[in-house]
Amino acid sequence: MKAAASLFAAVALSALPAFAQDAPPAGGSTPAPAAQSAPAPAPTTEQTTTAAPAASAPQVAQPAEFPIDKPPLLSWSFAGPFGKFDKAQLQRGYQIYKEVCSNCHSMKYMAFRNLSDPGGPEFTEDQVKALAATFQITDGPDDTGQMFQRPGIPSDHFPSPFPNTQAAAAANGGAAPPDLSLMAKARAVKRGVFWSIIDFFTQYQEGGPDYIHALLTGFQDPPAGVTVPQGTYYNPYFMNGISLHMPPPLHDDQVQYSDGTPQTVDQYARDVASFLMWTAEPHLNDRKRIGFEAFVFLIVFAGLMYATKRRVWSNVAH
Amino acid sequence: MAEHSTYTPKSGAAKWFEARLPILGLVHSSFIVFPTPRNLNYWWNFGAILVFMLAAQMATGIILAMHYIPSGDLAMSSVEYIMRDVNYGWLIRYLHSNGASLFFFAVYIHILRGMYYGSYKAPREILWILGVIIFLLMIATAFFGYVLPWGQMSFWGATVITNLFSAIPLVGDPIHTWLIGGFAVDNPTLNRFYSLHYLLPFMIAGVVVLHIWALHVPGNGNPAGVDVKSSQDTVPFHPYYTIKDFFGLSVFLILFAWLVFYVPNYLGEPDNYVAANPLQTPADIVPEWYLLPFYAILRAIPNKLLGVIALAGAIGLLVFLPWLDTSRVRSATFRPIYRQFFWIFVATGIGLGYLGSQPPEGGYVIAARILTFYYFAHLLIVLPVVGLLEKPRPLPASITESVLAKSGAKA
Repeated sequence: MKAAASLFAAVALSALPAFAQDAPPAGGSTPAPAAQSAPAPAPTTEQTTTAAPAASAPQVAQPAEFPIDKPPLLSWSFAGPFGKFDKAQLQRGYQIYKEVCSNCHSMKYMAFRNLSDPGGPEFTEDQVKALAATFQITDGPDDTGQMFQRPGIPSDHFPSPFPNTQAAAAANGGAAPPDLSLMAKARAVKRGVFWSIIDFFTQYQEGGPDYIHALLTGFQDPPAGVTVPQGTYYNPYFMNGISLHMPPPLHDDQVQYSDGTPQTVDQYARDVASFLMWTAEPHLNDRKRIGFEAFVFLIVFAGLMYATKRRVWSNVAH
Repeated sequence: MAEHSTYTPKSGAAKWFEARLPILGLVHSSFIVFPTPRNLNYWWNFGAILVFMLAAQMATGIILAMHYIPSGDLAMSSVEYIMRDVNYGWLIRYLHSNGASLFFFAVYIHILRGMYYGSYKAPREILWILGVIIFLLMIATAFFGYVLPWGQMSFWGATVITNLFSAIPLVGDPIHTWLIGGFAVDNPTLNRFYSLHYLLPFMIAGVVVLHIWALHVPGNGNPAGVDVKSSQDTVPFHPYYTIKDFFGLSVFLILFAWLVFYVPNYLGEPDNYVAANPLQTPADIVPEWYLLPFYAILRAIPNKLLGVIALAGAIGLLVFLPWLDTSRVRSATFRPIYRQFFWIFVATGIGLGYLGSQPPEGGYVIAARILTFYYFAHLLIVLPVVGLLEKPRPLPASITESVLAKSGAKA
């Protein structure tokens, strides 16, 4: 041990001064070879408003890392090895999407028929036909070459509220509202090395819904001294800046629930976050059920293999 | 692949076939009666696990290719179509994406096992070099595969990595343009990457055949690192190692199932569920975890060309390992000093992996430079010097002797 340690120390020490010369001072400007090879970074994400540049910032320092606050971790029905979607919650979440989100956000990977799939909101087929018909779908061209509008049918995908991205951006202060189909898997706040390792064992996979819930409930007035760009709304949970173009979308008693569930922003946010987890991962129920079956099989199989292996090797020292 | 086959066909049909194509005898001598050291430990399971993973990746990949559309406009929709509408498409895709990770997990253990037990030493140098070639092909295949969903990280990862070629003096830019089929990563890039992603696994399979051929000439190494001296030192591959490999594989599959069924997106980047957008650079562009150590080495060097050279050198140097290691003792079990450096090397690799996932700034860069230095120092300085200076512990006279000493003279 000693010999190795001293040899290593000698090697390391002789190396250090050579490196110290081109090592930048901590916190100073650093060379970034990856950035050299990548094209100059364009402005970040669609809904982003980055903090005002330091030069124009007021006396109070603008936060530099986002999100400012980490999302609280909620308990979700679909978490853990036996997790399942709560059908009633998905139906309420669909109601939030339909009445609130769908005014601005598309959900292009979802078809109306999915709403009656097992493991989802499980509306009846008649319900799906009825609710599909409440959407107008652009179809065509017809025999005269004209596009036309018709009521939706179950095999249609959810229509986009805007004809194209440019129209969506123009109607929303320059930031196109992102598609929501995959939102619950496309966002997650980084958890750091320690928690990331723990998450593997605790099966924490709900960073997306936690983030969506935190964002929807997190709108508030900016702290004194913090300014946000005009037309944007302060939200300490937003991942890409201090504020975003989306105004607070939910208010208490905005959507009428028929099952007596509390009509609060918090409940709305939980319901729509669950719904979006389902749209992002519609086969989650099947996945966890088959996973458990696979586990039981594999553990029994491995046990049999081990017993057989011991038997085969019993007459050979190894 | 052994010198002579002891296989004698019993049925008439087998005799007829064997006289025309002696493949049954080949299988018999290579995988049934093949003499295998009796002292292999569980670290020797990973060869069989890797063969399984290659086959599994090819099987799931061929099914995915039936539904995937290599087009900038449709790639992500087709992946989502697989996830939503193809029967068990979600399972096939999660098996494939997590399978790539576990393939690398297994190959890293396999490589480190070789480094610990000196598996690359004479007469197994060609076997080792073939392994390095497989590793390189795996990296290329995994990189091409990661581009295919055409999410943000796919697109920007492809942009960053293909840009490395533009660092080559004089011809860098034309090579870069030729590789990606244009002046920026776009549809032609996706199409050729898809084609190559389908091609390379078959090349891997070909090199794997050579790898196993080269293995079967001298036979397996073993934890004691001494050569097989008598038939007492070996057992036939079947049933002894077939059953042991089955057991090892089934334990490995439990880990695989955990990833696929319970945390299928644990190793992925959320950004890759956002469709590729050439106008919008993600905040951090990071490769998959298994390439992070090499990414850290690339970024530790402040000069782009030198960074690319270091990246290539970090893998390319492994080819020369059989000659860089000057010790005549194979197994680290009998090399008290090398054994400690080995674990420092493992820790360095893990440390580089961590640093590769962090932004290249401040203390992270300094740490990455120190670890990069050690990575190369281990291969270029520690291995030759320790091999010359170290006094190894006495080797057992034979495999049988080492086994009996351990198990208390039972057989």
